[in-house]
Amino acid sequence: MIYIDIIKKCEMASLSMRKNILHLAHQAGSNGSHVGPALSIVEIMAVLYLQTININPSNPTWELRDRFLLSKGHGALGYYVAMYEAGMISKEDLYSYEVNGGFFPGQPSKNLSLGIEYSGGSLGMGLSYGAGIAWAAKQKNEKFKVFVLMGDGELNEGSVWESVMFAKHNKLSNLTAIIDKNNMQSDGSSEDIISIDIEALWRSFGWEVSTSDGHNVKQLTEAFKQNNTDNPKVIIANTIKGKGISFMENSKDWHHNRLTDDLYQKALKELEKTGGADDGI
Amino acid sequence: MEFKRTIIRTLSILGQRGAFGYALTEIAKINDEIIALTADLCTTSGLDRFKNAYPERVVNVGIAEQNMIGIAAGMSSLGYIPFATTFANFAALRSCEQMRHFMGYMEENIKIVGFGGGFAMGMFGITHYGIEDIASIRSISNITILSPADGLETAKATIAASQFKGPVYLRLTGVMNHPIVYKEDYEFEIGKAIQLKDGCDIAIFSTGGMVHQSLQAAKQLEDQGISCKVVNVHTIKPIDKVAIYKALDTKLIVTVEEHSIIGGLGSTVAEVLSEIKEKPPQLTIGVSGEYKPAGSYEFMLEQYGLTNNHISEKILEKYREAI
Repeated sequence: MIYIDIIKKCEMASLSMRKNILHLAHQAGSNGSHVGPALSIVEIMAVLYLQTININPSNPTWELRDRFLLSKGHGALGYYVAMYEAGMISKEDLYSYEVNGGFFPGQPSKNLSLGIEYSGGSLGMGLSYGAGIAWAAKQKNEKFKVFVLMGDGELNEGSVWESVMFAKHNKLSNLTAIIDKNNMQSDGSSEDIISIDIEALWRSFGWEVSTSDGHNVKQLTEAFKQNNTDNPKVIIANTIKGKGISFMENSKDWHHNRLTDDLYQKALKELEKTGGADDGI
Repeated sequence: MEFKRTIIRTLSILGQRGAFGYALTEIAKINDEIIALTADLCTTSGLDRFKNAYPERVVNVGIAEQNMIGIAAGMSSLGYIPFATTFANFAALRSCEQMRHFMGYMEENIKIVGFGGGFAMGMFGITHYGIEDIASIRSISNITILSPADGLETAKATIAASQFKGPVYLRLTGVMNHPIVYKEDYEFEIGKAIQLKDGCDIAIFSTGGMVHQSLQAAKQLEDQGISCKVVNVHTIKPIDKVAIYKALDTKLIVTVEEHSIIGGLGSTVAEVLSEIKEKPPQLTIGVSGEYKPAGSYEFMLEQYGLTNNHISEKILEKYREAI
């Protein structure tokens, strides 16, 4: 019963997060926002922040907290709205998204007092930082875990694979990478740009690999469960870029775009109609 | 840490790399947070002594410099003080963005040791020469750049870097049997240049292995009746502006570095002078022009005009124009 409640909670939160993403993207006006890459990580972020990671919202710098790093910094909107759902940041904080000189820019900027562990934006560097934290945690006998969320396009960066080798060699079983596999990147379909077999690659590097429907809260929850091997773990989450809004789904145009008044109303109506029920349990 | 004369001699024999390894091992005895990282260059980095003493505190990331910077940054977030080592150009050029991201932007407390600055790698060739590293790193905010003059100063700079809270790039130059600049222990303070010799006609600002050459060049000029002040600029960033202001009453300001004349010490001094109305002319001595054929360390210094004889000749020529 409790388990079902948690699943339901994450699903409800996902709906609310999508609404907030749209609200903030609309508020950002002509600055534009990375809307599609945020909508694809909503359920991943909901599961992480509402059940998987061990954090203390009233004490963001608690030493034993799990570390979450958004390596795909352009997923910032999906990150901020999850932090809000978890009680890490206030509504005022959230609504300061993309305000000039604010703490919540288009890509996250490290701010431990707000619970932001890592500055994202330039791809291919979060996993090395996470591997360094995981190595240090093992050395210091700390039991917390490190989670790094990357995009599938981000895997084009060679530096990612340097970190992949390091983590395996050093048996960083306290490190979990999550791949938001939405099959798209800035210029379009990943299949057309750099076609790789992501699962086979991670497996060949010796990581513990699992795959999941990245919009199915229950499947994600199972995937995040304990890693009993000596190896670092990767969860390949199959997602849809722009998930939940028909005109944004799988559209290159919504990698980064401006949400006008009309489109905002259209998108909100779609969300209200589905009510988030399509994920089921 | 006390440095007796015998140790100073040993540090000179070891060269800057060996002196760094010696100092880091000594610091590690009293500071458990010191970690050494290498990108498959443990021996070349002078880290064998450290590894023998603290094998569990050496992390070899393989030939992956970009990853090394990120890993060091992650470690520092849990209180470690990582010293990540590789050739100067691999650190500053291949990992330039990682240095900008983790050291400049995120301000992680990591220390990057770039050895083989200048032409120390000799026959390894142009790929291994560190002659653009200061230029690339200097434009990044929040990174302190240290460039010691000899073995003893390398040890002192290593200690200072370990105690300093913030990102540091420690640039090492020269080969083994490094000429001694400091025969006795002295006070080293980050950001405070050291006047090694007084003089009134010319002020020579020098850094790294060029400090010794500059002292010799100054002696040659003295023999011709020209009085030279020599200043060791062991900290390139932040630059000691006061030391430069003190040279404004000379007839010529000279900078000497084993680095491109674009973006290094010469440029730094020129930037300070550019704010001043009345100032002496400046001569920038360093690496200029095309990549010349590779050779031994001594050959390369000769080829680029960075020996004491060449330095004194260039200064003399410019001085005659200036007066």
